[in-house]
Amino acid sequence: MLRGVDLGVAEHEVVCLIGASGSGKSTLLRCVNLLEPIDAGRIVVGGEEITVRGVDVNRIRRGIGIVFQSFNLFPHMSVIRNVTLGPRKALGHSRTRAEQDADELLARFGLSDKRDEYPDRLSGGQQQRVAIVRALAMRPGLLLLDEVTSALDPELVAEVLDVIRELAAGGMTMVIATHEMGFARDVASRVCFLDDGVILEQGAPEAIFSSPREPRTQQFLQRIVDAGRL
Amino acid sequence: MLVAAVVILVTRSPGWEEFKAYFFDWDKYRDSFPEIADAFLLNVKIFLIAEAIILVTALALAVLRGLPGPVFFPVRVLAIVYTDFFRGIPTILVILMLGQGMPALQLSWVPDDQVFWAVVALVLVYTAYVSEVYRAGIESVHPSQDAAARSLGLSRAQSLRFVVVPQAVRRVVPPLLNDFIGLQKDTALVSVLGVVEVLRQTQIDEAAAFNGTYYLVAATLFVAITIPLARFTDWLVARDRRRQQAGRLV
Repeated sequence: MLRGVDLGVAEHEVVCLIGASGSGKSTLLRCVNLLEPIDAGRIVVGGEEITVRGVDVNRIRRGIGIVFQSFNLFPHMSVIRNVTLGPRKALGHSRTRAEQDADELLARFGLSDKRDEYPDRLSGGQQQRVAIVRALAMRPGLLLLDEVTSALDPELVAEVLDVIRELAAGGMTMVIATHEMGFARDVASRVCFLDDGVILEQGAPEAIFSSPREPRTQQFLQRIVDAGRL
Repeated sequence: MLVAAVVILVTRSPGWEEFKAYFFDWDKYRDSFPEIADAFLLNVKIFLIAEAIILVTALALAVLRGLPGPVFFPVRVLAIVYTDFFRGIPTILVILMLGQGMPALQLSWVPDDQVFWAVVALVLVYTAYVSEVYRAGIESVHPSQDAAARSLGLSRAQSLRFVVVPQAVRRVVPPLLNDFIGLQKDTALVSVLGVVEVLRQTQIDEAAAFNGTYYLVAATLFVAITIPLARFTDWLVARDRRRQQAGRLV
């Protein structure tokens, strides 16, 4: 449940959403990708309002990538078919072209040798990297990352975060819901603290992490520090 | 122990000698086998044709029943009514009504072949059963799979076609085969129309010779088909379980 959220994301900007579980981070991302219906309000992506009635949701989603906490790879397809499904079926690319693009992306993220494996043969970190590649294969203008490291074993978190850092350095526009505060501080151009469906506070990472204004933000960050996570 | 007890009880029964002569006449078994096997081919044919059609119609029905939104409410209701209706009526009644009723209409464009109507009846009934199996399979695929497909910009139909249904079908192969074992047996019901398939042939032979060995021949033939099918189903289930466990270990 989100209320009165007003968030603008500029091109090449990396916005991190932080906040307790249930604060609305995931819901916000799912709304942007039209996976979650909204009751009121407007969402504008690339200058186009995507929440008007009768909008072609498939066309909108093609331009917005989303990566989920639980990977959601297609278990009955090999890595290469997972990655090429979108380009082939939604963009109408030929198999040759889609596989060429996919192979390039897989190589870039060190997954070339997993090309023909099935997801259940991959580690969690590898699966999540494949999921990121699958989203990138659509050449999205905006990438949404929904707690992509939360389901990973601690030793696998770094490989996924490195991929995201690389994307940020490459200028990818991203909105990232995360519990990794250190990572958010590094990579974000802006951090938003969500509490109970409201963006309570937002600003540059240094400002939010070193001198939060809102008591709720202070409380939340204090708990993270106490848990040794920042 | 139990088997031995039953065998002793049966063979010591006062009517055993008569029973043996009636059911276990080896000469009659051997002599009648080719003819009855020949009639059984019609059952196999009915089974194969019906099965091929059912695989498609049942999936279509399952998909129709799963269509979301108020627009498709009437479609869903029709699908539910259909399923309830044909699962509720004994198969033998549907076969009788179609097999006798349709040719009786004497419409030139309505086929009067009773085998044709028998196949139609089996398809109608088993489509209802098998669509429920498919539906369970479709519903067992986690919604996050559909969400992932839709998030790539695939349409609802594409998501079903490439992501949801392939996973659903893999999961329901064992119960599907189970239903087909039932279908294979139910082809014997076609005998009520007087079509000379295996059961009818057996009844004719039995009446002529007053000997029940022919039933045994028919039973042998059915078992020869259904047991391999059952073992194949078990093998598939075991293979899936192994695969899942292997997946979990990684």
